[in-house]
Amino acid sequence: MKIVMAIIKPFKLEEVRDALTSLGVHGLTVTEVKGYGRQKGHTEIYRGAEYAVSFLPKLKIEVAVATDMVGKVIDAITAAAKTGQIGDGKIFVFPIEQAVRIRTGERDNDAL
Amino acid sequence: MTINKSLKSVLGGVALAALAAAPAFAGDAPVPNKGDTTWMLIASVLVLMMSVPGLALFYGGLVRTKNMLSVMVQVFAIVAVVALIWVAYGYSLAFTNGGDLNAYIGGFSKAFLIGITPESVVATFSNGVVVPELTYMAFQMTFACITPALIIGAIAERIRFSALIVFVILWVTVIYFPIAHMVWYWAGPDALASASKALLDAADDAAKATAQANLDAVLSDAGMLFQWGALDFAGGTVVHINAGIAGLVGALMIGKRTGYGKELMSPHSLTMTMIGAALLWVGWFGFNAGSNLEANGVTALAFVNTFVATAAAAASWLVVEWMAKGKPSLLGLVSGAVAGLVAITPACGFAGPMGSIVLGFAAGAVCFFFCSTVKNAFGYDDSLDVFGIHCVGGILGALATGILVSKGLGGTGIADYITSPGTIVEGAYTLGGQLWIQGKAVVFTLLWSGIGSAILFKLVDLVIGLRVPVEQEREGLDIASHGERAYNY
Repeated sequence: MKIVMAIIKPFKLEEVRDALTSLGVHGLTVTEVKGYGRQKGHTEIYRGAEYAVSFLPKLKIEVAVATDMVGKVIDAITAAAKTGQIGDGKIFVFPIEQAVRIRTGERDNDAL
Repeated sequence: MTINKSLKSVLGGVALAALAAAPAFAGDAPVPNKGDTTWMLIASVLVLMMSVPGLALFYGGLVRTKNMLSVMVQVFAIVAVVALIWVAYGYSLAFTNGGDLNAYIGGFSKAFLIGITPESVVATFSNGVVVPELTYMAFQMTFACITPALIIGAIAERIRFSALIVFVILWVTVIYFPIAHMVWYWAGPDALASASKALLDAADDAAKATAQANLDAVLSDAGMLFQWGALDFAGGTVVHINAGIAGLVGALMIGKRTGYGKELMSPHSLTMTMIGAALLWVGWFGFNAGSNLEANGVTALAFVNTFVATAAAAASWLVVEWMAKGKPSLLGLVSGAVAGLVAITPACGFAGPMGSIVLGFAAGAVCFFFCSTVKNAFGYDDSLDVFGIHCVGGILGALATGILVSKGLGGTGIADYITSPGTIVEGAYTLGGQLWIQGKAVVFTLLWSGIGSAILFKLVDLVIGLRVPVEQEREGLDIASHGERAYNY
């Protein structure tokens, strides 16, 4: 079991969700986050006062999937979230030690 | 003193009201007109709407999330406190005869509204037209309420609430009421007409001397700036320069916000700022057009000027900012609108609509320059640009009033109530002379409020402390001072 965590552009969420749903991934956690990478920030001007905004709003999505699904999930997210512009985001994969569905007590792959 | 010489003294504060509408002076005591009374009551609530919620939202949107409620509490509390002070002694100090000190301040003869009944009336700017005194008192109350609330923009996000309230009580008492008295207190057109008619009718030298003395007394029953002939239709000096310079002094004395220039201090909700600015614009029709004290053609002129000068200033700031900074911003647009409203305030009943548009264009560009370039160059932290918009816009408007009142530039000219008692004719006017008087009034107000506010801020700082501790400022005034937060998601 793996967690696939991706930082994506906020307006790409629906496309990513659709792509994952068509893969059979049912379940996704989304968090609004701020950060910066190569895209850096932008400048905001309020009555002439200029602020360098270094942290841009992004979405962090987390999907827990069976290990054999990881490749397909990465491909799906990459295809859906890609604009080709700087700032498209990154994908990270972590191992999961255990998974439990709280309602039924099911464990590991059954709980995903 | 001849009649001609004494003309100089009646130039102030008065539009050349609709000539045709002015009835010949008659002996019968005039009674209030229901239309005038209705309009003035509506104008009063419009001005109240400028403070709450208009100014509270305009300022509130510009601060950070953690200080939103502190601004709203400050504006609302100032309105409540000053309203009570106004009926207790403020109205009396501003709008009664102060005896030996009458040039500077009124007296206590109407403290706690003593003697003011539903039947009491006060003069307007037309002969034979009066409004109920309670109406006038209420209208002027809304001005007293909003003026100190303007100041908080300069010291927002770090002022101690208790210190602010004490400061405001002192400030309206020793700065605002005297200035309002000096600029706006006068005997009224009927008193002038009556005294002047007596002089014209006087048969022999003895009677002439008595009548002249009486006329002089009526003429000098006015505030000092009014006697100078300073023109301020709706409060360029009294409200905007007065509050604007107090704000600058406050910003300098309280010091910069912690993290100013290093941390992001961007406005937390320009949506609310836009709603607030729009409410200010709407309410300002009551402020400016209401300042004519009756419902007639000059009221409509002030109304139109308030509309077009604001539009011009909004457009002007937008364009200048677009050229200078690359993007036309909402905050620029609404800041320009407020700058235009400020600038047209003293001129709104004197200038013509085209003159008002020119003034608006100038106000947008000049205030933009002060808020962006001058403020950064000097490094003072006038958080919400009270000085850059209210003081600078007010000075521009006060000076421009001296120019735009000119008949040749589409203005109304200056009212003369004396030459032909009972009617209003055009008084003597020279551009240079009027501009000089306007300049004197501006400098006087800057000094009076600037020095007076510095003393008051210092006093309050010594006794209470102007600033909250740094850790409270970091946490935000909403929680630290008021124990609540603006948004619970």
